[in-house]
Amino acid sequence: MTSANYLRRRELVSALLARREGALVVPGLGSPTWDCFAAGDQPEYLYSWGAMGLCVPTALGVALAQPGRRVLALTGDGEMMMGLGSLAVVGAQAPENLGILVLDNESFGETGRQPGLTGIRADLCAMARGAGIAHTLAVTSMDQLDALAELMFHHPGPTFATAKIALTDEPWALPEKDGAAIARRFRGAVGAAE
Amino acid sequence: MTTHDWSQDVFDAMGARGIATVATVPDGGLTGLLTLCEADPDTRIVTLTTEEEGIGVTTGLWLGGQRGMIAIQSSGVGNCINALGYPTTLRAPCLLLVTMRGQWGEFNPWQVPMGQAVQPVLEAMAVKCFPVDQAEKVGETFAAAADLAFFGNFSAAVLVSPRVIGVKGFGK
Repeated sequence: MTSANYLRRRELVSALLARREGALVVPGLGSPTWDCFAAGDQPEYLYSWGAMGLCVPTALGVALAQPGRRVLALTGDGEMMMGLGSLAVVGAQAPENLGILVLDNESFGETGRQPGLTGIRADLCAMARGAGIAHTLAVTSMDQLDALAELMFHHPGPTFATAKIALTDEPWALPEKDGAAIARRFRGAVGAAE
Repeated sequence: MTTHDWSQDVFDAMGARGIATVATVPDGGLTGLLTLCEADPDTRIVTLTTEEEGIGVTTGLWLGGQRGMIAIQSSGVGNCINALGYPTTLRAPCLLLVTMRGQWGEFNPWQVPMGQAVQPVLEAMAVKCFPVDQAEKVGETFAAAADLAFFGNFSAAVLVSPRVIGVKGFGK
């Protein structure tokens, strides 16, 4: 597979979220947040504009607090590499309701497309398995969408997937950036508000 | 050093406030509290690889409607600096219990730079600090910090002095 065949991030995220069936979504900072907003604003999306590395820990906390709801952590390869240890924390806690998807463009896309580490030799699915997350999937084709949705939203977790995505210029899609407003709305959607 | 069981006081204050998860990179001074938590089927310990993960986990718990706290050694505070902006930005509560090194009678020079910087660093990140150096006062101090954090949605840290924990020395 060459990078010319990599998936379109907005097409993939939109198609996946259309199948989320009420799952809560914790997107990482930057492009995964823009992708979720572009797919259609929802109160169940916890948008992020910062705190790099905390997508998976935050999603783990939500999943532990809400065992009856499915939770999707949706991040990029840069943030996942920064927070690799959190995969071992997830492996140990073993929440059945958590799926993790890494949109892997092998680059620091937000900062000028500097090459990242996943385009060289680092293998995120192998690292996730090594951290105790048994069920992984490497997505390289939209033909795998059904399998990806099954793994993220239905298969007993924790589950982990990567999707190789192309470096593309997408239209800006910027959601609310007031963290207090984002958190309040999310807690309302979860039923956690005081 | 006194023999007052401050760990039991903290554990009781946690229970009274519904704080049912402790995210931790352990420290010797936390052994008593973590042992109580392990023995309690209603308390969850989330062992971390690095302390900043705890900020994400406890913020996520609050977003999902539960209360958690972070229990770490002073050296781990430095690992949390950028992450501490996260609960502040979300207006989420954040409660830390920090057992201090690098202060009173420290024998290990490698602990001193971060230990001395803990309170200024936390205050620079808008964390309210509650230092305590008497075992009898740890429980009430923890309770006060927890109430400030969870009622007002602030970040608060209880800094437990080596005078409470006992000065480490490796027999030197």
